[in-house]
Amino acid sequence: MAVIDKTVRRHRWDTKFAPYGYVAPYFLIFGVFGLFPLLYTIWVSLQDRNLLESDAATFVWFDNYAALMADPYFWNAMGNTLSLWLLTTVPQILFALVIAQLLNRKVRTRTLFRMGVILPNITSVAAVTIIFAQLFGRDFGLFNWLLGLFGAGQIDWQAGTATSHIAIAVMVVWRWTGYHALIFLASMQAISPSLYEAATLDGANGRQQFWRITVPLLRPQIIFTTIIATTGNMRLLAEPLLFNPGAAAATGGSDRQFQTAALYLYEQGFTKYDFGYSSSIAVVLAIATVVVAGFGYLVTKRIRTE
Amino acid sequence: MRPKSLALGCAVMATALVLSGCGSGTASGGKTKLTIGLFGNFGYAELLKEYQAAHPDIEISDRTASYSDHHKNLAAHLATSSGTADIEAVDTGYVNQFKATPDKFVDLNTKGGDQLKDRWLPWKWEGSLSKDGKQIGYGTDVGGLAICYRRDLLQNAGLPADRDQVAALWPTWQDFMAAGKKFQEKAPEGVKWFDGGPTVLNAIVGQASVGYYDKTDKIVVGDNKEIKDAWNLVVDGVNSGLSAKLLFSTPVWNTGFKQGQFATVTCPAWQMAKIKDQAGPEAAGKWDVTSVPGGGGNWGGSYLTVPKSGKNIDKAVELAAWLTAPEQQAKVFKSAGLLPSTPKLYEDPSIVDYKNPYFNDAPIGKLFTDAAKKLNPQYQGPKAGDIQTAIGNAMQRVEQGKQNGEDSWRQFVGDVQK
Repeated sequence: MAVIDKTVRRHRWDTKFAPYGYVAPYFLIFGVFGLFPLLYTIWVSLQDRNLLESDAATFVWFDNYAALMADPYFWNAMGNTLSLWLLTTVPQILFALVIAQLLNRKVRTRTLFRMGVILPNITSVAAVTIIFAQLFGRDFGLFNWLLGLFGAGQIDWQAGTATSHIAIAVMVVWRWTGYHALIFLASMQAISPSLYEAATLDGANGRQQFWRITVPLLRPQIIFTTIIATTGNMRLLAEPLLFNPGAAAATGGSDRQFQTAALYLYEQGFTKYDFGYSSSIAVVLAIATVVVAGFGYLVTKRIRTE
Repeated sequence: MRPKSLALGCAVMATALVLSGCGSGTASGGKTKLTIGLFGNFGYAELLKEYQAAHPDIEISDRTASYSDHHKNLAAHLATSSGTADIEAVDTGYVNQFKATPDKFVDLNTKGGDQLKDRWLPWKWEGSLSKDGKQIGYGTDVGGLAICYRRDLLQNAGLPADRDQVAALWPTWQDFMAAGKKFQEKAPEGVKWFDGGPTVLNAIVGQASVGYYDKTDKIVVGDNKEIKDAWNLVVDGVNSGLSAKLLFSTPVWNTGFKQGQFATVTCPAWQMAKIKDQAGPEAAGKWDVTSVPGGGGNWGGSYLTVPKSGKNIDKAVELAAWLTAPEQQAKVFKSAGLLPSTPKLYEDPSIVDYKNPYFNDAPIGKLFTDAAKKLNPQYQGPKAGDIQTAIGNAMQRVEQGKQNGEDSWRQFVGDVQK
């Protein structure tokens, strides 16, 4: 009896606690690489701390935040961040829907195309940005050459606010559209063909079917990609940093016309060594990202079947 | 765009390092492994081979990054006291920031540095000396200052090409701009007098008796008439269409050399290697070097520091001292064109009589040592590098037509006094 009792007990213990053991690695890794840095950043943001002199740090509580709220360059960076968020996220999702729709058809060598759309995403962001910076060059750039064929003048892409935002958005959209397209494509293939057959019998054309059947049924994926894209695009760093190489790279243009919040954080932390201030930017940016992602969620949630 | 994946990658790498127990330290076979972190071109490849041949127990690996990446990585590594190389190069533009935290570096004075002090120009030695007298780095090169120019472009525009006659064109920077206006009248489409406003401004600022700071580390650039005059002069040059509007040390600036977009560029000694790399063999003999308006000057130059977090401090200090010794600096001058910071060599015939074949056999040895002797060193404050970036941005705003000279100056002064 005793042996059976032991086995039963072990079995009970097993079903009760083993699941925690199975999920523990994730939480351990999240704790070390996710939660701890987050809490540590908040702690640093309450200090007056030089990057190189952590021993001399002093607690100033919310002074960094007060200074931040009154800092016009921070608000400039937040404005640029929101502008770039809009210019990257919306086209990304719309283009991805269109591409997924095209890839969902029976075309020859479609596996090749499906693989192809992910290529921009696995390319090194530094390499991509350097190539694009050349394409957007003022004197010998490909885009200016193309525009020149239509008689448009030479655009100094880095100089203007709008032009620099467009150039950076092109890089981001080019890089991430394929990734989102594959997510949409996978879900599109799960939509029952009978829905389309019924719609065809009812006389709905391709466009109507796309907007009334495909898009509403992709709602969960659209919400997901919007949130993923938002969290990525709210902290754009590499693209604006490498778009303007040279000693002044961290300022994001001569008048900070394309300095994102993440880049401002980088400037404060790694060129001015103001680690405390830089951390407070990180905290505010994280909060802003949650707010904007929430907004994106509310908008995409409104997609409905009629 | 995805810093998270980057962080994860680092974490994986860090774990791998811990597991395999590697990192810098003792290599297999009992050799001491030294790493050296550089930027740009120090011309050390041959020297490192030579040193390893003479010291079979030492194995040196060097890593080279771009100018700003190198210094930002160094700051991050110092902050976490991990990941620094045994020897780290630091440029003049950053040395003030680093010497403000001398405890991150080995005080070379405690390792025999005070015995070597007389090797260097006094201002070079003081450049890396902290307020409390700790020496954080041994001087490598100094920039010196000259003007590199395209003989063919000047000739075609009806200006002299001979270097003495060219020097006679511009005893002062006002003359330099006046010559530029003459040049621009006859210059072909798309060819400008100088590369970009920030580059020229930098050279003029470097010659001023007082720069951005006074000796008490107070930022005085806002009231510094010498700098404001320099600013006005360059703004006038830009507005007169003399600037190719290419920002120094960017890919488009490199392309500018290839495409011949500008006729002159301010030339510290280290610039010549860049020009040769960028303009390529087809431009050999087209470039020449002559003296800079306004006498001597200095732009740039570097130091070799030994971070305290290194594992082989004594061996690293030894190597740094060897690399910066006059004998080695002389070799670097001949191979990479970097101007020695050790005045003993300024009398050495093998330096003084050296001519550079790429630059039409210009007597760069004499030219640069003369400029270095004439130099009146300017005091650099703790954030001189940041201010240099800010004034460069300000000049770029004028070049891009975003602001006029006055508005941009006012914004610059406001920015740096924050």
